[in-house]
Amino acid sequence: MITRRFFANGADRRIFITIGLLLGVAVLVPILNIALPPDSAFHVPSYMVALVGKYLCFALLALALDLVWGYCGILSLGHGAFFALGGYAMGMYLMRQIGDRGVYGNPILPDFMVFLNWKELPWFWYGFDQFWFAVIMVMLVPGLLAFIFGWFAFRSRVTGVYLSIITQAMTYALLLAFFRNDMGFGGNNGLTDFKDILGFNVQANTTRSAIFAASAVALALGVFITWAIINSKYGKLLIAVRDAESRTRFIGWRPENVKLFAFTVSAVMAGIAGALYVPQVGIINPGEFAPANSIEVVIWTAVGGRGTIVGPIVGALLVNAGKSWFTGVLPEYWLFALGGLFIATTLFLPRGVIGMWDHWMATYRERKAAALPPSAGTPAATTPQQREWQASATGGAPEPQPAE
Amino acid sequence: MTFLRAIGLLLLLFATSGASAQSNETALRETIADLSSVKNFRETEEIVRSLGATGDPVVGRVLNALSDGNVSFRKSDNVVFIVSERAGRAKLFDPISGDEVGEATTTELTKVKVNNGLRRSIREVFATLTLGSPNPAVRQQAADTMFISPDPAAIEGLDAAIAKEDVASVKQRMVQARAAAVLASDLPEADKLAAIEVIGARGDRSALSLLVSYQGRSEGALREAAASAASGIESTIAVWNAAQNVWYGISLGSVLLLAAIGLAITFGVMGVINMAHGEMVMIGAYTTFVVQNIIRTSYPGLFDYSLAIALPLAFLVAGFVGLVMERGLIRFLYGRPLETLLATWGVSLVLQQLVRTMFGPTNREVGNPSWMSGSFQLGEMAITWNRLWIVVFSLAVFALLLYIFNRTAWGLQMRAVTANRRMAASMGIRTPWVDAFTFALGSGIAGIAGVALSQVDNVSPDLGQGYIIDSFMVVVFGGVGNLWGTLVGAMSLGILNKFLEPYAGAVLGKILVLVLIILFIQKRPRGLFALKGRAVEA
Repeated sequence: MITRRFFANGADRRIFITIGLLLGVAVLVPILNIALPPDSAFHVPSYMVALVGKYLCFALLALALDLVWGYCGILSLGHGAFFALGGYAMGMYLMRQIGDRGVYGNPILPDFMVFLNWKELPWFWYGFDQFWFAVIMVMLVPGLLAFIFGWFAFRSRVTGVYLSIITQAMTYALLLAFFRNDMGFGGNNGLTDFKDILGFNVQANTTRSAIFAASAVALALGVFITWAIINSKYGKLLIAVRDAESRTRFIGWRPENVKLFAFTVSAVMAGIAGALYVPQVGIINPGEFAPANSIEVVIWTAVGGRGTIVGPIVGALLVNAGKSWFTGVLPEYWLFALGGLFIATTLFLPRGVIGMWDHWMATYRERKAAALPPSAGTPAATTPQQREWQASATGGAPEPQPAE
Repeated sequence: MTFLRAIGLLLLLFATSGASAQSNETALRETIADLSSVKNFRETEEIVRSLGATGDPVVGRVLNALSDGNVSFRKSDNVVFIVSERAGRAKLFDPISGDEVGEATTTELTKVKVNNGLRRSIREVFATLTLGSPNPAVRQQAADTMFISPDPAAIEGLDAAIAKEDVASVKQRMVQARAAAVLASDLPEADKLAAIEVIGARGDRSALSLLVSYQGRSEGALREAAASAASGIESTIAVWNAAQNVWYGISLGSVLLLAAIGLAITFGVMGVINMAHGEMVMIGAYTTFVVQNIIRTSYPGLFDYSLAIALPLAFLVAGFVGLVMERGLIRFLYGRPLETLLATWGVSLVLQQLVRTMFGPTNREVGNPSWMSGSFQLGEMAITWNRLWIVVFSLAVFALLLYIFNRTAWGLQMRAVTANRRMAASMGIRTPWVDAFTFALGSGIAGIAGVALSQVDNVSPDLGQGYIIDSFMVVVFGGVGNLWGTLVGAMSLGILNKFLEPYAGAVLGKILVLVLIILFIQKRPRGLFALKGRAVEA
């Protein structure tokens, strides 16, 4: 039954393939990294595992943003904050695992607290020596922040650019807060020098491969959850809120609740992405809260194609691979390239790579259908979004909408 | 600083009264000659005191030199000179007349040693000397110096000076200085109580510190009197502190106003958030830098006018960039505000990197013209000229924009488009033209904001980034329908920030303000001054 739903149409088959691919990578890459000798042609070098593992976390973050932006029309410029909060929760666990192997050898207090002359562990660090507690916090803290923030914002009907600006202010406020030494999160140095995760050495190849596999599985899970949400009745409501919020309200739904759910789920996904990111890069610092980071996430989603599930993943992988290559070859031109990407994507690729591909395929199929006798043609399967794009493409010149 | 000024005025004084003391000259020379045989600082101080006791202004020269460590005596014959050393050689000057009398190597000379305690004594002696000056400003300065470092020995001199004094304000300062000296002396309690009252009436920070320190070393009625006077002063000073905070707040608010008002205009008329607005500010600041550079190399005399030249140029440059942005990019994205936000963010990245490539990533030096440097004292507040000018300037820009909006045809069209775009278009207003020039105007205003900010902030490629979020907050808080909203928003955020800072620290204060704004828009999602109408979002 479920299998049949996977194969029901093109879009769903794509999801199935993506999940399969991710699970395959999760198994295959660690094997190729650990089991094969370094001189083998199929050996995956360790730095590659770390790099791609990082990209997979970014992809999960982009997917989380896509759930709210692509499907619900909320452009959050603060998703980096949820990512970083998840990362900090994981970082706190890793910090506690160092134990007395720190520079100061204090069995309870992390190094920076000893350095700042703190006498005892602050209350919010309690429990982080347990992995299960850290995992709960990874999801709970970003989710709770998103719930409270969203509850205030959506209830008072803050929408559009106002909401974007407010989310940006939120991550900016957190950036300032986490830079403070007396917050108890390591100030501007953040948390680093991790040793163990669940008793395994963070630096070891096997551990890295395991975290890589965890990232790939988490991303696959994220894809499945997003797909399940979008294809449920609730998903239809989500898209209805995106396309015509007032109309949805007048029909009798409560758009604020719909948005709040999507925003919270998305924040939890972002938090998990952050938690998987931290052990792979070995550091978390307040720089992750920088508003510029969050906006970069938006461009990953936009390049891949918002409103599609595979798009953000493709976008995150493409842009980050490009960034790694660019900053290696022409470091001073990376910002030009990134800025150009923002402009070019919004002007020429509003649907992103995947959206563009779908559009071409649909046009191609329509032509083919038109060439065949009409009885054999399938009904044109256009989504509301495609119809809107067609309308805006054929309609009159776009007009600014003044702020109310 | 005040000390140097006292010396400067003292030197002026020589010209007027230098000739009066011929008879004492030999006595003075003998006293000065004793400097060559002192064994410790106490003996030097005695000589300084006896020089001061002569009341002859001519000793100012040698005291001044002594305080600067420029008095030496020749080892061979123990004659004391004022010296000016350069590379092992020293020019010798007569300690009284100041004429050059010869040269020596530094090895032939021994310096008369001074320490900080001695310098303080010299300053006090100076003050007594200058009490007799014909210039009231010098006398007041002297009285103030004596107030800060009271000396019981000076009471008699002060009494004489008070009797002679005919300028009321200077006389008051002298009475206060005398009161301070009385507190330091061993006069009876009644005198001291009266003195405390006099000092308490003075009501400034130096009076407070004097009373507080006296409170620590007195007892009984005196202690109570000092405490009550001190608390009286404290409450006065608290009022001044509040005033100072308000001033800082207004100053910050005017900077925010300059940065935000262009944003508010474009957002109000076009519903477009320009993320590159901060970079327009930066372009304005760099225009100022370029203008000053050209002036420095080619027309140094025009430096004081550099800002006046930079203002229109910055407006034009930033306005032109804005116009190009609107025509080349933003007009294709109308109706998609979120995408506009992303595209303008891209523009901001490109502009930042462009400036970084052209001018380098480090801070650039932009000078203050003479009329913008320095500060003045208003009661207990210090007000710097550049801040004052920026407040005045931002209000002028605000008034100009208000005029454009409410009194010109262009402003009418802008308001019409803001209120109802389709209706305005139907009435024959060319809305694309209004859009383009509104955007150019907003960017141009950001440019001139950059000229002002170059005077108070570092000119670097990141200049705009530091203001952009605060400007957004002003727009969100103030609302977009009305310029007054921006003014009120900017000023209240500025003042709120500065009032929170002393209690919560700069960073926490900022966070609190952000949280307060997020809570505020619960109540008024469209800001303080929302445009009233029946419009519903599409």
